[in-house]
Amino acid sequence: MAEEKKPDPTVPPSAPPKPAAAAPPKPAAQPWDDELARRVRERFRSAIKDSLTYLGQNYFVVDAASITSICGYLKHEEEFNYLVDVTAVDYPKREKRFELVYILYSFPRNTRVRVKASIAENEPIDSVTPVWQTANWLEREVYDMFGIRFAGHPDLKRILLPDGWQGHPLRKDYSILKQDEQWVQENLHIESGQ
Amino acid sequence: MADDLKHTTGEATFLDANEIVLNMGPQHPATHGVLRVILKLDGEKIIGTECVIGYLHRGVEKIGENRTYVQFNPYVDRLDYVASVSNGLGYCEAVEKLLSVTAPPRAQTVRVILTELNRIASHLIWLGTHALDIGAMTPLFYTFNQREDILKIYENYCGARLTTHAFRIGGLQYDLYQGFEQQVKKFCDEMPAKVDEYEQLLTTNRIWVARTQGVGVLTAEDAIEFGVTGPMLRAAGVKWDIRKAIPYENYADFEFDIPTGKNGDTYDRYLVRMEEMRQARRIIQQAVDRIPDGPIMAKVPKVVKPPAGEVYHSIEAPKGELGYFIVSDGGLQPYRLRIRPPSFVNLQALDRMVRGSLVADVVAVIGTIDIVLGEVDR
Repeated sequence: MAEEKKPDPTVPPSAPPKPAAAAPPKPAAQPWDDELARRVRERFRSAIKDSLTYLGQNYFVVDAASITSICGYLKHEEEFNYLVDVTAVDYPKREKRFELVYILYSFPRNTRVRVKASIAENEPIDSVTPVWQTANWLEREVYDMFGIRFAGHPDLKRILLPDGWQGHPLRKDYSILKQDEQWVQENLHIESGQ
Repeated sequence: MADDLKHTTGEATFLDANEIVLNMGPQHPATHGVLRVILKLDGEKIIGTECVIGYLHRGVEKIGENRTYVQFNPYVDRLDYVASVSNGLGYCEAVEKLLSVTAPPRAQTVRVILTELNRIASHLIWLGTHALDIGAMTPLFYTFNQREDILKIYENYCGARLTTHAFRIGGLQYDLYQGFEQQVKKFCDEMPAKVDEYEQLLTTNRIWVARTQGVGVLTAEDAIEFGVTGPMLRAAGVKWDIRKAIPYENYADFEFDIPTGKNGDTYDRYLVRMEEMRQARRIIQQAVDRIPDGPIMAKVPKVVKPPAGEVYHSIEAPKGELGYFIVSDGGLQPYRLRIRPPSFVNLQALDRMVRGSLVADVVAVIGTIDIVLGEVDR
């Protein structure tokens, strides 16, 4: 992770990192154990790897293979009827590189919960579009930015970048100055977009 | 002809003799920026749409990973650039949550005032442009004129009118200028008459009613299914506002109502937003009378380095739920910064809202979704 944080050459160095002032004890995620967490754990057993809470926000760490059934259960049985967001985080050093994050909200309960699942590069994950229609564009954006394939998505194609673009910009190995030079030259008729 | 009608109900997968494809945008005055909509038509009836977005993509999330928390703060103003104060509030609060810091009471009240003014400003732009799209030109001049008063308050407060960068992580950089309260009160006093005037121009206007009632209907079930939030959700009858449901800042201290509609059509969304402006004024009036004394900045280290962890925080922006999901690895820069934009998610419901209606209704529906492409494309 640390090597990803190279200083950006285009930015003048900001205040040099001084030794941190006596920091308060580092907060860490605590186990989350209430009725909802217990019900979900009992129902899906080994597919729920962990249920944690951090800063008052609860989340499940689940097995990617059962993402649709867990999400379906949360929507239909536990009233998490609103899919707030689907996004991903890239951890290139982990064995399973991408962590998908599903943020759910329940109108009747007025609570949020996150569901996280990890997948390896080139490993597809089931789409949750059958569960929530919102997932359509949100998953397309994740595909666009990370190159994660969603199996069963009705229309998986790029959404923010042009169709012919090569590369997925939010991956950590895609530098901020990188671009698809060939696409830029062919379509914009300029040497470089920089 | 009766046989042909079946094409208008089912999902057509190919073009037959009656169908044409019409391209709208990205350079089109009614698409509020650079939105391209491909319409599939049967005569003048819409049987399918596809939105093509991304023309304004600047990679804001990638930029976020390459700037420090403090450096990134002004960038969020450029998302929904007619509601930059709201964007800043959401970002600052998300980072504060990660740092376990709360802004002092004085800063919170000032933030509420400026954010609610911003809600009014954003709704005024929506009203002016939406009415202009449908053919009512007059409201545009009135609303931009009134919005100017709000921008002047921003200018006096922080020197900027649009991309204000009004808030800082932990509170505010500037204390209030002399005469702030009077200026805000004067705005509030003048406002009801002006909003009534807009309503006089539109609410019972026969053309306006004909163009908006029953147009672009989105039921409550569909709205939830599509993740639609903000005035669009409330116009469908769901009484849900993050300021009430999961209060942030000191919104819990203020009295205000959540206006809702019944039919979820363009007309109801219009009424809901008009009422929201009045409710925002109510909040401002309560807040401006009791701005507490005290510091404007919480104790935040000079170098913002949140402990490793992740947080999702969202606020009720003028357009809906604006969320920030930040992953920190304990470093100077966010490891991952995801922005959950309301416009992007709301725009997805466009197809559901316009299927079966006429081309002219698309213009009305795009206006009523109230998108800002800076936020859709990021």
